Amino acid sequence: MSKRSLALLLILGVATLVGGLLLPNWMSYLFTIAMGKGLVVLGLVLLMRAGLVSFGQGLYYCLGAYVAGMLTQFAEVTDVLLILLASVSFSVVIAAIIGLLLCRYREIFFAMFSMAFSMILYGLLVRNQVLGSTDGFNVANPSLLGWAPGPEGASNLVLAVAVLLVFTLGILAWRYLKSLSGYAGEAVRENEIRLEYLGGSVFKIIYVKYIIAAGLAAIGGTVTALVSGHVDPEMAYWTTSGEFVFIALMGGTGHVAAPIIAAVLFESLRTYASAVAPYTWQMILGFALLAIILFLPSGLWSLVERFQNKKPRKAP
Amino acid sequence: MKHSLLTAATVACAMTTGGLSLNAYAADEYKLGLVTFLSGAASGPFGIPAKNAADLVIDAINDGTLPAPIKGNGIDGRMITPVYLDEAGGATKQTAEFRNLVERDGVDAVVGYISSGDCLAIPSVAEELKTLTVLFDCGTPRVFEEADYKYVFRTTATASMDNIAAARYVHENLSDLQTIAGINQNYSWGHDSWRDFTETLKVLRGGDIEITTEQFPKLFAGQYGAEISALQVNSADVIHTSFWGGDTDAFVLQAAARGLLADNEVIFTAGETALNSLGEHLPDGAIIGARGPFGPFAPESELNTWFQNEFTERFGTPPTFPAYHMAQALIGLKLAHDQAGVGASTDEVISSFEGLEFYGPGGKVEMSRGKGHQAATEMVYGRLTRVDGEITFTDITRYPADCVNPPDGTETLKWIQSGMPGAECN
Repeated sequence: MSKRSLALLLILGVATLVGGLLLPNWMSYLFTIAMGKGLVVLGLVLLMRAGLVSFGQGLYYCLGAYVAGMLTQFAEVTDVLLILLASVSFSVVIAAIIGLLLCRYREIFFAMFSMAFSMILYGLLVRNQVLGSTDGFNVANPSLLGWAPGPEGASNLVLAVAVLLVFTLGILAWRYLKSLSGYAGEAVRENEIRLEYLGGSVFKIIYVKYIIAAGLAAIGGTVTALVSGHVDPEMAYWTTSGEFVFIALMGGTGHVAAPIIAAVLFESLRTYASAVAPYTWQMILGFALLAIILFLPSGLWSLVERFQNKKPRKAP
Repeated sequence: MKHSLLTAATVACAMTTGGLSLNAYAADEYKLGLVTFLSGAASGPFGIPAKNAADLVIDAINDGTLPAPIKGNGIDGRMITPVYLDEAGGATKQTAEFRNLVERDGVDAVVGYISSGDCLAIPSVAEELKTLTVLFDCGTPRVFEEADYKYVFRTTATASMDNIAAARYVHENLSDLQTIAGINQNYSWGHDSWRDFTETLKVLRGGDIEITTEQFPKLFAGQYGAEISALQVNSADVIHTSFWGGDTDAFVLQAAARGLLADNEVIFTAGETALNSLGEHLPDGAIIGARGPFGPFAPESELNTWFQNEFTERFGTPPTFPAYHMAQALIGLKLAHDQAGVGASTDEVISSFEGLEFYGPGGKVEMSRGKGHQAATEMVYGRLTRVDGEITFTDITRYPADCVNPPDGTETLKWIQSGMPGAECN
C-alpha cells in the first residue's frame, strides 16, 4: 500500500469519525452498532472466501460481549483497551480449542457444528441465574486510560474506538487477503487436494482463518455491548448468527469494505423498515435479501466492481 | 484496489448522512412512543391486546370520554399522537429504536416493553436521554432492585407478586398439600416464577414441602409429551406453571388429552390470557391468575365497566391483563401530568408521578416501591368453574398489595427467604 493511499485512508478515517460525532445521537449509535456487526461479518467473510459458512459466529460475538459485561459489572474494569484485550484473548483461546474439531469439517457439517457450539453457550447462559438468564444484565459505561466520559460521552468514546478498529482491522484484513495465506483461502475452496500436493496445510489455513474470525467477532461483540449497555444470551442464538450471514450475503465477499457497508445498510434498512411498517418490517428485510440474491448474487459490492471496470475484476 | 477501498468508505458516509430527516415540532400534540410486540409469538396473547387497549384509551383521553374522576381532553390539552413500534428483535435493537423514537421522532414520552430483557436494557438509555418512560407489562423485579432511576416508572407489579400470591393460595386452599411439581419455560420468566413460588411455599410451610419434579421445556416448544409423562409419573398435589400464550394452549390441550388435568390440581399464574383462546378446554377447578386484579378479577368500578364494554365492542374479545396493564400505564401517565398542571416540566411531572396513587380499570395502583417508581397492586386467584356453560370463578382470594409485594427497598428473594417480614395480609 502506497504512502499516498495510506494518507487518504487516514483522512477518510478522521472524516468518518468527525462525521460520526456530528451525526444526531440516534444515528451515530446505529453507526457504532453497524461497525461492531461489520467486524463480525468481516471475519465471516474470511471464512466464506475459503468456502466455509459459519452459522455460529454468535458464539464469539456473545463471548466478547459477556466478557466485556462481566468485567465492567463484576470486576469493575471499565478501560476499553483492557476490555478489548480480555475479550479477544478469551475468545481466541476458546476458538483455538473448538477449532481443532470444527476445522475438520466442511460445508453443511461445518455450518451445523459451528451453530451447535453457539447454541451450547446459549443454553449455558439461559440456565445461569447469576448472569440474569435470558434477561441478561447491564454493562457499565466504559473509560479510556483513566478518563471516564460519563453516560453522554461514553457512546462517543465507543464510536471513536469502533471507527479506529474498523479502519485498522480493515487495512490488516485487506493486507492479509493479499498475502499467500489469504489467497490460500480461495485455493481451499477450489481444490483442497491440489493445495495439499503443493505443500500447503489445508487444516492450518482454515484453523488460522477460524481464529481470526473469532477474534473479530469478539471485538464486534465488545463494541456492541459497550455501546448498547446491555448483554443477553440472544447474542449467541442462531438467529443472531443468521443475521451475520444475511449481512455477508448482502455485501458480498469481494472486498473487506463490503461487510462494513452492508452492516451500515442493514441497520439503516431495519430501523426504517420498523418505523415505516411496524407490523411487517421483517417482510421488508426478507424481500431485500431476496432481491439481492436474485439480482446481485455476489452481493452489493459487485455493483461497485461493475462501475469501476467493464469486466469484473478478480477479488480482492 | 485502493480506489475501491476509498469508494467503499465514501459510499458508507454518504449513506448515513443521507438518512437525516428533520422533524417539525408541534406544540399542540403529545407524541407518545408505544412499544409492544406486534410480531412474533408474544404478539398474539400480549402485544396486540395491549396495542388495542392503547388505541382505545388514547382515543378516550383525546376525546375526554373517560369516566370521572378522570377529566380533560388529551394530556394538558395536547392531543396524544401515538408512534407504534414493534418490540421484536432483542434488547440491542430496542435500545437503538428507543433512541430513534426520542431523537428522530421527537416523542415526549415512551410507554412500552413486555419483555423483561428489554425492561432491563431500556432504563439506562432513558436516563441518558432524559425521557419519561413507563414500563407497562414486564415482570422482572430486577429493574428497580438493581438500580434507581429518575425517568423510568413501572405501573405494573412485578411477577414475584404473582408467585408469592400463588404460593399463599395453594397453601391456604389445598387442605392436604404435601407435594408440588412445576412446568415452566426455560428462560428467566420461567425460572424466576418457579423460584419465587417454591421459596415462598418453603417459608409458609417451614420447609415441609416436597418437589416431585421440575420441568423446564424450551420456550415455544409446542410439544410437551415427555414433560407430561414426567408430571404423571411424579404425581404431585399441585402443578405450578407460568406458561403463557401458545405454550399454555398447547400444554392444556395435550395435558387434557392424557388426563393430567383431571387427576391434578394446576395453578396457571398467567393463565388468564388463555380464557379467550382455550375457553371450553380449560378444566373446571383450574386455578387461574391474571398478573393482578384484571379481567374477570377486576373490582367493580365505572372505569372497569367502561373499559370492558368498549373494548369488547370494538375488538370482539374481552380485555385480558396485557390490555389492563396498558390502560393502567396510560392513565397513570395522564394523571401524573394532570396533577403537575398545564405546562409542567418533565421534572415536575416526575415528582407528581413518584408515589402516585390512582385507580385504573383494575382498581388501585400504588406507586409505592422502587422509591415511588414501581407499582404495587393487589393480586387475585380464583378457581375456574362453569355456570350454564359460562366461565366464572369461585374460591376467589384477594391478597392486598402489602401482603404479596416486598416493602420498598428490599430485594424480593431475600425478603421471601427471611420469612416475609412486614407482610400485611388482612
